[in-house]
Amino acid sequence: MNIDKDLVAASSTPLVLAILSEGESYGYAILKRISELSGGELRWTDGMLYPLLHRLERNGLVQASWGRSETGRRRKYYRLTRPGAEQLDRQRRQWHVVDQAMRGIRRMAIDPAKQPI
Amino acid sequence: MTNKPILEERIDQWRQFLRRRQAVHSADVAELEDNLRSQIDALRGAGLDEDEAFLVAVKRLGDLDALAREFAKEYSERLWKQLVGASWGDASPLTKPRDAAVAVGLAIAAAVAIKIPELFGLRFMEPAADQSFYMRNLSLFVLPFLAAFFALKRNLSRSGWLWLAVPFFAAGLVVNLLPFKPESHTEALAGIHLPIALWLMVCYAYAGGRWRDHEQRMNYVRFSGEWFIYYTLIALGGGALMGLTSFIFEAIGLNAERALAGWVMPCGALGAVIIGAWLVEHKQSVIENMAPVLTWLFTPLFTALLLIFVVAMIWTGNPISVEREVLIGFDLLLVVVLGLLLYAISARDPQATPGRFDVLQLLLVSSALIVDALALWAIAARISEFGFSPNRTAALGLNLLLLTNLAWSAVLYARFIRRSAPFKRLERWQTAFMPAFAVWAWFVTALFPVIFGYR
Repeated sequence: MNIDKDLVAASSTPLVLAILSEGESYGYAILKRISELSGGELRWTDGMLYPLLHRLERNGLVQASWGRSETGRRRKYYRLTRPGAEQLDRQRRQWHVVDQAMRGIRRMAIDPAKQPI
Repeated sequence: MTNKPILEERIDQWRQFLRRRQAVHSADVAELEDNLRSQIDALRGAGLDEDEAFLVAVKRLGDLDALAREFAKEYSERLWKQLVGASWGDASPLTKPRDAAVAVGLAIAAAVAIKIPELFGLRFMEPAADQSFYMRNLSLFVLPFLAAFFALKRNLSRSGWLWLAVPFFAAGLVVNLLPFKPESHTEALAGIHLPIALWLMVCYAYAGGRWRDHEQRMNYVRFSGEWFIYYTLIALGGGALMGLTSFIFEAIGLNAERALAGWVMPCGALGAVIIGAWLVEHKQSVIENMAPVLTWLFTPLFTALLLIFVVAMIWTGNPISVEREVLIGFDLLLVVVLGLLLYAISARDPQATPGRFDVLQLLLVSSALIVDALALWAIAARISEFGFSPNRTAALGLNLLLLTNLAWSAVLYARFIRRSAPFKRLERWQTAFMPAFAVWAWFVTALFPVIFGYR
């Protein structure tokens, strides 16, 4: 399944914030996690994650720090900040509303009797 | 040949390719490289060979142009090159603390030096006799420090330092031991010509002792143009600072004039010479040169001005009215034209074929030559009547010097446009001519007083 570009773009911020809410992480691991969570369906060009992470950092939603990988390579780690957690919470509620609406429409399609008067 | 594994070499290439984008800083490249390597490791773990893993990993990162565009969108400020305050890994004068310390130290030294004579009762502002001391010596309070700045930066040899010191000592002796009459013309001429003479001596330090090298001389010309622009900007800022200072102190009934004119102005003006030089040294690779941009803007305008002037003169038949100071005006005109020519040369790719701008330059130089020749002709007729005063002789000498330079430049330019000589010849002529200006400036400073009896 090919997910629409606009949808990928819209979901990228909450997805990244949600993954970081599980704990500190870095670019490649975040990409792997996205792929895992979506069963490999949600794939973006890897490079594009970085401008997004930097934007989140500049807006104070995540905090970055340089560390080392297991093999000693320089690696940039990202951590969710309090405003980032709040933003994630807001976005989750928004997605919930969208999700509810979508489900409602589907139910209506199946059972016209449930249509509101 | 290095024994670097092929993979490392390819990652190197990839890194360099990415590094060329202005919006992508080295920290970002390091971060993307971590992704690339993690991906390669994972793919190799899945059984791909080095080559395949590299190719797939690069592909997954996506098109580098698109990526750089994303970075540029995110960091639009990075497209504006910053001289100070740029982030790490990029040229910023603040990242080289030693240079900064040397520059600031020397600037403070110059600022202190100008106040030392006051300990001996020579007041900067008042009596005319004291003022004439400052007028003759002003450049000696700052240019030695500028020379020292470059000598330190270029690690000048010990004998180099000695050679560098000679002209400054000589200048100090000349302007202070010759019995100048206060407020005499020869003294004023020395005050004007000594800074030029010494500025050209600083070229020795700038070139790290290789002052015969034409490339180094051209670099010094470039440096001088940029320095002039920076100094003007710093002076504007300084003027605003002083104006506001005197205004707000006046508001609480305090008069800051004395402190400003006696301390802030002289110390600031001399210190800024060094600070400006330091900034220009650092910016050379960071920010575009400004002097050629101004040249590009003003060459057409000055050409138009001169052509219209020639036409107006022919049309009206008005001769050039020979006032006493008319030569100085034409000297300034030639200096401007030479400046336009010089900075056009300094920015030009010598390999490029002649273009429209070259024709325009030739037109500018030729029309300036015609105008100046007319002026000289008008003056020559009456110079015996006026007599050879120091001022007129200095102005006439400079005029002839500039005329020689520009006339031969025009010939070389014409040859270049007709493709019978390479552009390098013109550049060479300019750099070869620089000592002539130095000799003339020294001559006016040191020998005019003697020749004209300290008038």
